[in-house]
Amino acid sequence: MKIKKNIPLIDQHDKFGFWGGKFGGNFIPETLKKPVEDLEILFKKLRKNKKFIKERDYYFKNWVGSPTSFKKLENLTKHLGGAQMWAKVVSEANGGAHKIYNATVHCLIAKRAGKKYIVGDTGAGYAGKMLSMAAKKFGLKCKIFMGAKDIKRQKPNCDAMKKNGAEIVPVYTGSQTLVDAVSECMRYWVSNCDTTHMCVGSTVGPNIFVKICGWSTSQISRELLVQIKKEFGRIPKKIKLLNCVGGGSSSFGFWNEFMHYNKKQIEFIGIEAGGPQKSKRHAAPLTYGSKIGILHGAAQYVNQDFEGQIEETESISAGLDYPGVSPIHCFLKDTKRARYTAATDEEALSAYNLVTKYENLNPSLEPSHAFAEAIKLAPKLSKNTIIIVNSCGDAHKDRDILKQRLGKF
Amino acid sequence: MTISPISLAFKNCKKEKRPALITFTVAGDNTKKNSLKILNSIAKYADILELSFLHNCPIADGGQIQNSTYRSLSNGTTLKDTFHIAKKFKNKNPKKPLILMGYYNLIYQNGENNFLKNCKLSRVDGLIVVDLPWPENKKFAKKCKKKSINFVQLLSPTTSKDRLKKIIKDSHDMLYYISMLSTTGGKLKIAPKKILENYSKIKKIDKNKNCVIGFGITNKSIKSFKNSDGVVVGSEICKEITRSLNNRQNPVTNVSKIVSRLKNKIL
Repeated sequence: MKIKKNIPLIDQHDKFGFWGGKFGGNFIPETLKKPVEDLEILFKKLRKNKKFIKERDYYFKNWVGSPTSFKKLENLTKHLGGAQMWAKVVSEANGGAHKIYNATVHCLIAKRAGKKYIVGDTGAGYAGKMLSMAAKKFGLKCKIFMGAKDIKRQKPNCDAMKKNGAEIVPVYTGSQTLVDAVSECMRYWVSNCDTTHMCVGSTVGPNIFVKICGWSTSQISRELLVQIKKEFGRIPKKIKLLNCVGGGSSSFGFWNEFMHYNKKQIEFIGIEAGGPQKSKRHAAPLTYGSKIGILHGAAQYVNQDFEGQIEETESISAGLDYPGVSPIHCFLKDTKRARYTAATDEEALSAYNLVTKYENLNPSLEPSHAFAEAIKLAPKLSKNTIIIVNSCGDAHKDRDILKQRLGKF
Repeated sequence: MTISPISLAFKNCKKEKRPALITFTVAGDNTKKNSLKILNSIAKYADILELSFLHNCPIADGGQIQNSTYRSLSNGTTLKDTFHIAKKFKNKNPKKPLILMGYYNLIYQNGENNFLKNCKLSRVDGLIVVDLPWPENKKFAKKCKKKSINFVQLLSPTTSKDRLKKIIKDSHDMLYYISMLSTTGGKLKIAPKKILENYSKIKKIDKNKNCVIGFGITNKSIKSFKNSDGVVVGSEICKEITRSLNNRQNPVTNVSKIVSRLKNKIL
């Protein structure tokens, strides 16, 4: 299994949609074959359409607020000693997280497809919040599927969705989290695919959704590449790009433009949710060697029992609380282009504590997982190593959990 | 060449000038014992029986079937139990065709060859895999055929004419037409006339292929499909099990009653 040069990673799949011959694909009911195929054809066309790209870039710049800043975390660097700590503050994007890129692109596609309705799933509520924002902006009616457990723990984002005029559909099946929300959203699409566009909230789902999402979030690394060159005058010799991984949309977007650099120069480190220290449950299928299985239309490493039932996950971070992971990350793992590790709930919380103590930055619990790894790594590395963490979400949505666990927000 | 039990069932129904009645139940619902009892008792009325093997992330099941699945999963029903139920049923009703239905991950984890071996050991006659569409299913469907297990291809209102032709060409003894854009058990949201119009387009491509209609078939609507090759009733049965349990009644006798009633409507 090898990554090809000069071809975007999202296009390195075979005719059945598999990366590396085994990750991804289209495990979908017959009813969805046609809508998925229609979407594939439309996206293929739009990607090459200059007017569409111009439109995307216009909204990214003027509405999302590109570029988000790239800054050195001076105090944290000094405190840790060792590698330089930098952050790409993607949480500055309109709405407070990277999910806005995918949501904007999906709404633009839905408009071109002549669809009046758009539906989406959400875990932390960011994908839902951003989709509701974009839907409002582009005049689409919006429904968001969200696990009942997540509705309780991510109230601020739910309030935002309602304010944007979206309907939140609570999902009470299974573990009542993201995995069930995605299933329910797909079921809704099966029933309404003639009038409705579906936005999958991450680089997961049937092949085309992985591609659209990856294509959208790649904006992050496009900006970063320019910013790094400007800041250092060249690409430094040792860079480590650290990003949390749930479904994997922000990390893929954060890495994409650097894919063909030697990994000794630019290393990718993905940090999954290890769950509570005392619990056996986790949301880290790549780190803990889960088997390949089929979830939400795609083959991927996924937490499951011997029989193939999807296992319940546990994580303090709703955005990472997903038993599977993007097929594209499975591919990056097996080709050894990226490496993956996990941080526990407790490690993420103490990383949040440390980062907010030293810096004017308020990362949500998801990127706090990545900061946890960065804090571990930095002291062991030399000064000329550049660690960049994608601070892809703002902690505003986590205020209830942070108050409860740390007594502060 | 010997005729498959599924083909034979359709042939017999045609002699009686009626559609085949195909029932769908969830393995282990509401208990492993009752699940077998239900199969045995409705075999009197049903021409073909579908039994689902469980998956906890079903992306195309409606509410009623999801309820049944969760009920059965929380009782600890496993794939092994499903094969066991199938085997016991076939021992008692060797000539009645039994089709297993479910999602691909269970087959994938069990191993395709191993899964088919288990099907053979339990004398399962056919398979429906909800999330393994054509052409992705070509290889597996061939394997099924080699083992004389019918791989049932699904067709839907969104399937293009060109695609219909190709799928029908690759199909075995039975096709399954999904009546409308819906998960299972949705209310019939389009007129039966419209469904039959689409259905006749499929029959025109190959009139000798047996094609059943499923999704949204209830006690009320079943009559409208009297001239089809077969009708599938699933959610109505799952709902009856739920209703019986809520009313502390025996689900086995109640389900048997409604299946008999359904059968009478198409005689």
